[in-house]
Amino acid sequence: MGTKTHYDVIIIGGGVVGTAILRALSRLQLKIALLEKQVEIGWGTTKANSGIVHAGFHSTPGTWKAKLCVRGNAMFEQLSDELDVPFWQNGLMMVARTKEEEETLRHYYQQGLENKVTGMEMLDAEATHRLEPNLAPEISLALRAPSGGVVAPFELAMAQAENATANGAQVQTGLRVEDISHTGDEFVITTDDGNTWTSTYLVNSAGLFADEIAKICGLEIEPIIPRKGEEYLFDQSVSDLITHTIFPVPTPKSKGILVIPTAEGNLMIGPTALELPYKDDVTTTAEGLDEIFSFTQKLVPRLNRRDIIASFAGVRAGSPTGDFIFDSSHSGKAIHLRGIESPGLTAAPAIAEHVLKMLAKAGLPQKEKPDFNPRRPKVIRFKELSDAEKEQVIRENPLYAHVVCRCETITEGEIVDAIQRGARTVDGVKFRTRAGMGRCQGGFCTPHIVRILARELGVTPLEITKRGNDSQLLVAEAKEFLKGGKLHD
Amino acid sequence: MTKTRQTDVAIIGGGPAGLAAAIAARKAGAKHVTILERSHELGGILQQCIHNGFGLHRFQEELTGPEYAYRFIPEVQKDPGIELYLNTMVLDLSSQQEITAIHPDFGLVKLQARATVLAMGCRERTRGALSIPGTRPAGVFTAGTAQRFVNIDGYMPGKKVVILGSGDIGLIMARRFTLEGAKVEAVVEIMPYPAGLARNIAQCLEDFDIPLYLSSTVTTIHGKDRVEGVTISQVDDKWQPIPGTGRYISCDTLLLSVGLIPENELSQAANIPLDAKTGGAIVDENRETLIPGIFACGNVLHVHDLVDYVSEEAEIAGEAATRYALSKADADAKANERDKGRKAQQVVIKPGENVRYVLPQRLTPGAEADLFLRVTQPMEAITLYLDGVMLARKRQVRPSEMLKIRLRPNHWENLRQNRGDLDGKEISLTAALQPTQPTRLEPETVRGARP
Ligand SMILES: Cc1cc2nc3c(=O)[nH]c(=O)nc-3n(C[C@H](O)[C@H](O)[C@H](O)COP(=O)(O)OP(=O)(O)OC[C@H]3O[C@@H](n4cnc5c(N)ncnc54)[C@H](O)[C@@H]3O)c2cc1C
Ligand SMILES: Cc1cc2nc3c(=O)[nH]c(=O)nc-3n(C[C@H](O)[C@H](O)[C@H](O)COP(=O)(O)OP(=O)(O)OC[C@H]3O[C@@H](n4cnc5c(N)ncnc54)[C@H](O)[C@@H]3O)c2cc1C
Repeated sequence: MGTKTHYDVIIIGGGVVGTAILRALSRLQLKIALLEKQVEIGWGTTKANSGIVHAGFHSTPGTWKAKLCVRGNAMFEQLSDELDVPFWQNGLMMVARTKEEEETLRHYYQQGLENKVTGMEMLDAEATHRLEPNLAPEISLALRAPSGGVVAPFELAMAQAENATANGAQVQTGLRVEDISHTGDEFVITTDDGNTWTSTYLVNSAGLFADEIAKICGLEIEPIIPRKGEEYLFDQSVSDLITHTIFPVPTPKSKGILVIPTAEGNLMIGPTALELPYKDDVTTTAEGLDEIFSFTQKLVPRLNRRDIIASFAGVRAGSPTGDFIFDSSHSGKAIHLRGIESPGLTAAPAIAEHVLKMLAKAGLPQKEKPDFNPRRPKVIRFKELSDAEKEQVIRENPLYAHVVCRCETITEGEIVDAIQRGARTVDGVKFRTRAGMGRCQGGFCTPHIVRILARELGVTPLEITKRGNDSQLLVAEAKEFLKGGKLHD
Repeated sequence: MTKTRQTDVAIIGGGPAGLAAAIAARKAGAKHVTILERSHELGGILQQCIHNGFGLHRFQEELTGPEYAYRFIPEVQKDPGIELYLNTMVLDLSSQQEITAIHPDFGLVKLQARATVLAMGCRERTRGALSIPGTRPAGVFTAGTAQRFVNIDGYMPGKKVVILGSGDIGLIMARRFTLEGAKVEAVVEIMPYPAGLARNIAQCLEDFDIPLYLSSTVTTIHGKDRVEGVTISQVDDKWQPIPGTGRYISCDTLLLSVGLIPENELSQAANIPLDAKTGGAIVDENRETLIPGIFACGNVLHVHDLVDYVSEEAEIAGEAATRYALSKADADAKANERDKGRKAQQVVIKPGENVRYVLPQRLTPGAEADLFLRVTQPMEAITLYLDGVMLARKRQVRPSEMLKIRLRPNHWENLRQNRGDLDGKEISLTAALQPTQPTRLEPETVRGARP
């Protein structure tokens, strides 16, 4: 595996940022690879965030965050179209309830103008409530930014990886980078399977772990500050309450707790912002839920706790400077991205542009591929097809007539397609297709998905995991425990 | 696209409700009945219920789920007047009863029905249960998912199990896991009384020494890749965990048995008004919804604990749907007028004190019908009143067991004496009681807890 080929560029980390860079590089005539330690792409911070494509009024003018957020936002329409990723420009609204908050709001409006955010407007109470009748009546002023939107972040990372792969890039999952050395003109990268990989250039987009990779490369840096955020999802039956993403006036630590209509169509509330000494603590807590719920109820009083169907937590790679950090080492041949916290998702395509410029400066050849195809083939989403299209796809492949996930109407055809595109686990299928994300949260479809995965991958159901490692769903064949004639051990 | 087919009575769902409705429709004179079932076989959820306990009322025998289903399936299969579409998922139903379905060979199928019977069953509730704080490892399943894994697919999803919720499926699965050689550590119920049938508590927990913790809940799930344990805590009367009562139980599996919820996407698509309490459609004594010509029965209407009542209810719906379909054949305009008058005349029954829900929710004055109801809490003895008219006395009632009361002509006479003309009026069903004191059971004193 891998030992023979020399790569022009190796990227460490398959989050939304690493895959954006991979796709941008796949336009060029280069040999490139991405190494990701998890079983699938996008399972770091990229899997668990708010999914907002920010407008850019939150960031201090002159910072990387401000520049790359506004630029990234402007790239999303084309990006989501080329990659066929759900993106909805629903607009953002920051709302004020007191005179003091109104002042702060005006400050953000000015900041937005400086950052060149387009289309912003200030709305009085009446105009605000006309657009969002379910907002709390006390809300007296709103800053509306129509360029803001929401995207399915995991799908974006996956689509970027798929498109890059279709254009010749290599993606290796399930391999953790353990060591890096530089000899002659080559980086020698050792992965946890004992293999080595060599490349001329290196991009460290390992998210929360980018500080550790940077240290291996000899940089003396301040560590990343992990900051956990919990989020709670509502049943689709309440999706109509709110259209815009609703922001309170921010606190010094975070953008505050929001009400988010997700690109998939569920309302979501969150996130909290809690600094922790751990990078892998993705537990949700009763305190987190209480905090989020009591806060967002002040924004949208009609939200009901009973309608919450799922929860998750993600960890931000908190920056020691407060801004994105672009370090380099080895005469610019290695680039280290640190502190890619919010708005890192929004900025991802612009970060990729910036990294390409840095690599070009360090000498990376810039010859374009004549046959680069920016489009990912359209993914069939059965539920969204017209009757005639449904008829058509079933005629071509009868598996599209078998609905596996009833809540979201996801067919076996879509699941098989997801597996062919790289899904290896139940969560991999779920994040690609939404099967199991509806109100019954996989209660009905899990056994079917396990069976389909086992069949398509040619393994037994006992080998199928929820999300890799030791997350098996089934522990034994029935009657197995009864062998030897004794009940329990 | 395929051309729209026609049928007298369309039945959506081929579980026990759909089967009984189809047979009843044919007996009542329907010439062409169509069953649309998404699975490859008939029988619905019964096919995975391999325990016995079905059919005691109807057949005075203890049958397994599949055996019960086979009391109906052959009759449906050999009847040339019943057209069977298996592997057929209904995607849409309009209020004009145009049905859109998909089938692997026929593609998109359109069906226009004269009357429709909804028999889609229910699904398991997970809401809330999945926002239990902690990690989200593998090993958290609904009880029905586990049942399918074990009984249909032949795999064990775990070896050391805690069950949250004391619903019947969870209780049945506690026994199944034990018989399969796994260890069930505890059943944890947030209410001060069990949610499942008394006979299941006895036969599935007590017989196997499985402890049941009442007024308790799971407060944290532990484990990174796979469940490693749960913390359970006692709750106060507002169902909030009491700090300091937390106790860690090591396990590799958490099963959720926290209730069932009628599967009503299609009813909503057809704009059929639902009852917030039952989660199913609002119906009259014929099980007709507020959209004339669309009927509902079985678990899609309200969650039944006994399949025998499902079959009975489905027969009412199947027969009434046929009457509707045949009368509609005469003259559409007249039929519409008749429908309006009919609905306006009905009385509306509201659940009153101590009654959680009552079904049907609407009655044609004078109708001799059975009322089905559930109470809000366990009670020693109650007297049921319909708008002041005494209907019946019951002892030892529990929310888990559905009560059935016959409305007779004398009840209607008394109602008329009290209220005069009943057309369009609202009346309420109340249960006057002496409630038993719901006592909190400490884990040590819980039934079945081992020394
Ligand atoms: C709660 C929350 C809400 C947020 N909301 C928003 C928002 O609304 N809008 C927005 O723009 N941004 C938001 N963000 C920020 C956004 O999610 C991140 O900026 C973005 O996902 C970062 O992507 P990434 O690719 O840098 O990191 P990641 O997705 O973490 O990717 C890094 C990858 O590197 C891999 N890796 C690490 N170490 C190694 C190794 N040694 N070898 C191989 N692979 C390795 C990891 O497994 C991981 O997959 C939010 C963040 C959080 C936590
Ligand atoms: C685990 C479990 C244990 C039980 N134990 C007992 C017991 O011991 N004794 C007892 O008397 N009762 C028991 N019951 C109750 C009894 O089984 C149910 O009340 C009964 O099965 C309900 O019948 P139904 O036809 O309404 O629903 P179901 O049996 O659920 O049938 C509904 C059918 O509709 C189909 N369907 C749904 N949506 C669509 C669509 N859109 N298109 C096409 N088809 C569709 C489904 O595939 C299914 O076949 C148990 C129930 C469960 C779940």
